[in-house]
Amino acid sequence: MIWPGNPALSAVVLFVIVVPVLYGARRAMHGVLNALFRAVANPLRLGARFLMKTAEELRRRNKLVLLAHGREEIAQGIVKEFERVTNLVQRDLHGYPALQRKLMDEITRIEEEFQKCGEVPPPPPEWTKAVAAIAKIRPSGDGLVEQILDDIRASIDKIYDKVVAEYRKSYEKRHAILKGFMPFWRSVDQTLNRVDKNMDGLKDSAARIDGQMEKFQQINANSEQAEHTLTSSAGVLFVISALTMLVAAGGAFVNFWLIERPMAAMVGGSEYIFGNMQASYMAAMVIIFFETLMGLFLMESLGYTHLFPLARINNRMRRWMVWISFSILLVLACVEVALAVMRDLIIAEDIALKQQLVGDGATAAAAATSAWALNIPKAAQMILGFTLPFALAFVAIPLEYLIHSGRIVFGALLVMGLRGLAFLARFLASVFKQTGRGVTHLYDAVIFLPLLIERAVVSRRGPRALPAGEGHGVAAFPKRTATGERML
Amino acid sequence: MRARIRLLLVATAALLVNACADQRSHAHAVYLLVDTSGTYSQELDKAQRVVAYLLGTLKPGDSLAVARVKSRSFSEKDIIAKVTFVKDPMQANAQKRAFSDKIGTFRREATKGSAYTDITGGLIQAAEFLKETGAAKKTVLIFSDMQEELDYKTVRNFPIDLTGIRIVALNVTKLTTDNVDPRRYLGRIEWWEKRTRAAGATEWRVVNDLEHLDRVFTGRG
Repeated sequence: MIWPGNPALSAVVLFVIVVPVLYGARRAMHGVLNALFRAVANPLRLGARFLMKTAEELRRRNKLVLLAHGREEIAQGIVKEFERVTNLVQRDLHGYPALQRKLMDEITRIEEEFQKCGEVPPPPPEWTKAVAAIAKIRPSGDGLVEQILDDIRASIDKIYDKVVAEYRKSYEKRHAILKGFMPFWRSVDQTLNRVDKNMDGLKDSAARIDGQMEKFQQINANSEQAEHTLTSSAGVLFVISALTMLVAAGGAFVNFWLIERPMAAMVGGSEYIFGNMQASYMAAMVIIFFETLMGLFLMESLGYTHLFPLARINNRMRRWMVWISFSILLVLACVEVALAVMRDLIIAEDIALKQQLVGDGATAAAAATSAWALNIPKAAQMILGFTLPFALAFVAIPLEYLIHSGRIVFGALLVMGLRGLAFLARFLASVFKQTGRGVTHLYDAVIFLPLLIERAVVSRRGPRALPAGEGHGVAAFPKRTATGERML
Repeated sequence: MRARIRLLLVATAALLVNACADQRSHAHAVYLLVDTSGTYSQELDKAQRVVAYLLGTLKPGDSLAVARVKSRSFSEKDIIAKVTFVKDPMQANAQKRAFSDKIGTFRREATKGSAYTDITGGLIQAAEFLKETGAAKKTVLIFSDMQEELDYKTVRNFPIDLTGIRIVALNVTKLTTDNVDPRRYLGRIEWWEKRTRAAGATEWRVVNDLEHLDRVFTGRG
């Protein structure tokens, strides 16, 4: 302070002294400020560009992986559909031509029989004429004629009855034949229905194959829609697999506490591997991991999962793998049953000890009488111990889906993250750039008085009055042109 | 040659397994000092309950000792029972039963209280025992009214070392004089706290309600 008692006056005097200095150093200061802010903004812009490029590259790779995965999946789906169609054709439509021929023969026979049933044998023509001639005879009241006509009528009635009886008999026979055909008709009807259903199934399969083929074509065309559809389905699959894995983790957790205590008796409860990790915890976890591993191998060798490249091994070796992994899993399940029994014994022993320590004889007696009830949790533990290893084996299926979909989901998330970072870097670069400009203008605002004087002098003398090189520097308060652009 | 290679492999594997194992102790050692002086000897039933609680709480690998506080307590002879539980839980339970029986016998036989109360001597003895166990966590439980009374020959007014040991005073009963002037009781507690903390004790705590013993042992692995 120049005058300690008067800070305002000191500031004014200081300002008056500093302003000419600042005016003199204006160009240099502008350069320094620009360089400083650019030193921050430019790397940020470069970083943003790099991140965007990386994100694009990653997205391209992700798309490749996604489409390849989708292509493989759809190809497998199509192959399965074709297999289903082949099975259907082989199973149901294998003897279709023979069946059709047989059906046609039978239908022809039925038609012929049916037509025969419908035929009424025409009456003998001579007989009709004789009847017609007699019918024309008018009743004359002659007794002889009456007698003859009565005789003829009686004869006709007799013959008519005979003929009708023959017809009826004939129809009965035909009806019996037709009745005999009824089961066959039903069978024909059922066969035709089955054939119809199979044909519908074939039609559905064909429609599914068409749908898959359409997707396949979209994938081959690298379309955006296919990419979005596959990403979305991978996301859904990832969430479902993750949830299933969580459920499996719950099962593994229960399994862990089932075997931890007896493992403590086996490996020593007070042994520690590292930190606070007890050896018994590690031993129990090793058993559970081993069970999961055997489950993975079992599922893999059964062909439910394709985590390992087992395509090279032949079927015989695959069968061996199935039996070996299943046997180990069975042994481990039996070990867990034994551990469950041991756990129950240890708990019972602890309870007995505590009861003895507190001198609670009555409780001990009660516990002894209800021993059968204590067997229920023991049995439950044994059942859990036996079933959980096999249940854990099925973890392989969601695990496979989690791995496959996880690659896609994490890839998409990484791309999003990189894009977000690129945006942030770009935003910060812009902020620094604009701040640099602002600070430069602020500098000019501080030395506005000499700048105004300079501008007045320049406008009076003309641009030529400027010293050499000044014209290329940063102008004080640059004017705007008619178009709104700044005139430097 | 092959046998040597095999031996070398086995030795290496053993070394690796040993290297993997955490060599630090995670055990808990507890030393219970039971005051048998004067009228306090009538509180032995409660002391037995404390022992039962400890036996139910301590795990394989942990150590427990019960010693009496009498006229001069700095002696191994005053340790009534001591045990380090084996790692097999079944055998550990057998050890616990035997320990409980010993304490039961002691309670039945202890009829006459001692003339003086040498708590400091008991503490020094406890610290020695606990350090020898090499346990990670060491606790001294003092089942006493904390009224130290020494005969004129016994010297205990010197600094003691309780580094790394947790001190818990249990069932600190109020004496008749404490009822007259509670400051005596509070002052006694404060004096012991100062003394144990000055000796390097990690914690000082008073638990008069034995139902809350679990609070002393909560948070341990």
